[in-house]
Amino acid sequence: MPLITYIEHNGREHKVEVPLGHSVMQGAVDNAIPGIDADCGGECACATCHVFVDPAWLGRTGTPDAQEKSMVSFASTAQANSRLACQIQVTAALDGLVVRMPEAQH
Amino acid sequence: MLGATDHPAWTTPLAALDPSHPGLFQADEMWPYFARLRRDAPVHFAESPFFGPYWSVTTWKDIVQVELNPQAFSSDSGFGGISIRDRPKGLELPMFIAKDPPKHDEQRKVVQPIVAPGNLARLQDLIRARVCHILDGLPRGETFNWVEHVSIELTVQMLATLFDFPFEDRRKLSYWSDSATSLPQAGGLVDSEATREAIFAECLGYFTGLWNQRVNAPPQPDLISMLAHGEATRNMSPREFLGNLILLIVGGNDTTRNSISGGVLFLHQNPAEFAKLKADPSLLDSAVPEIIRYQTPLAHMRRTALVDTELHGQRIRAGDKVVMWYISGNRDETAIEAPDRFLVDRKRARQHLSFGFGIHRCVGNRLAELQLRILWEEILRRFPRIEVVGEPKRVFSSFVHGYTDLPVRIPA
Repeated sequence: MPLITYIEHNGREHKVEVPLGHSVMQGAVDNAIPGIDADCGGECACATCHVFVDPAWLGRTGTPDAQEKSMVSFASTAQANSRLACQIQVTAALDGLVVRMPEAQH
Repeated sequence: MLGATDHPAWTTPLAALDPSHPGLFQADEMWPYFARLRRDAPVHFAESPFFGPYWSVTTWKDIVQVELNPQAFSSDSGFGGISIRDRPKGLELPMFIAKDPPKHDEQRKVVQPIVAPGNLARLQDLIRARVCHILDGLPRGETFNWVEHVSIELTVQMLATLFDFPFEDRRKLSYWSDSATSLPQAGGLVDSEATREAIFAECLGYFTGLWNQRVNAPPQPDLISMLAHGEATRNMSPREFLGNLILLIVGGNDTTRNSISGGVLFLHQNPAEFAKLKADPSLLDSAVPEIIRYQTPLAHMRRTALVDTELHGQRIRAGDKVVMWYISGNRDETAIEAPDRFLVDRKRARQHLSFGFGIHRCVGNRLAELQLRILWEEILRRFPRIEVVGEPKRVFSSFVHGYTDLPVRIPA
């Protein structure tokens, strides 16, 4: 299973294996990693699984669709590498992916 | 007591079923009507003597589908806005919650920084000091109205801070909020639209004074200054300024107020849950969102169909009024396990519809949670329990789901 590194805002790292086909959000929730709230359960409808994709991985995580872009745009912590973790599907190509979390989800 | 299937909610022909009657909510009797609709007609058409023809959307999945499709389901005040009751023609109230993209997005982004993580962190100590002050001033061993003494007081204090509003005049905020949402038929604050407009004029006049101060001063982190300096809001018409004020006042006031009252009621009704929370206050992580789910302080949001569309097998036509009943979706057994139970340690308690989903999701959701969390931390620290000693009185409304009276007693 691909290994994904989640880094909390305070710098704490969590390395977990996430099954293929799951979302990066599910990987965090299933492993009780703090910092990802996922209020809507993965519908791209709340923007509380907001992460910053490590720049080295941006080419492999795909591009956000219009709905995701619109939801992310309301987060005051948004940056150019912002994504919603529920919209990133885990594939073999993402083995080693690093994502960081914002100060808070809202 | 009537058996489940003898209740009128289960025996009335579907075509005659109207879950929107404000009297049902005031009597707390709407629950079986929504259970029936979720089972038998999840997307359902009805005629209301108060609100005219409308569709009810009652399940979690269908509600999310409507939320995520603002292209087909508009929030625009020009079509009637975001509540089941159309404002009278000529008295529309433009505000960003009742706009579609791009205007909604632009105006929302002006006020969004008020709830940014850094600002919330800055507000924490102030909220705690106020909560402690209010709780320490409550009588012991005698009956008082929790709504008046705690729920309203705490939320208007918060709102006054967010607006940088003169503190001694803060009760004007709850007065304007209640005036904006009262139905003339309720026999309360507002007996006609003319009365409401007169109260609105007073509200607009007061805030225009604040606007004029702020627009000529450097930008400050309060809502009026943000609106006065924001690119998308600084040239609003007076009516649009009023609309956005009413949005921020009602949004920051009524909702948290009723979740504060609801939490006291639910923890009284569920003593085993209160005992769990008392033994382990860290359960507030889930208890706070559970209170917000269980209360659902706004029972619905409304949209207007812009195009003919199909939803759960029903043909909705352009121009139809579509009501997403959050209060029903939050009790949808296909989305939430044992939804009728109030559980302070519920798994994934944050998955509820009370804040809405999609682009109109509640701006203040984390501030609401912060206020409730601090309040309950301090209640648990001080009081052995809060007893509800009489029947709560509820609001005559199918939009604002809340209380006017909650008689309580804190043991001496």
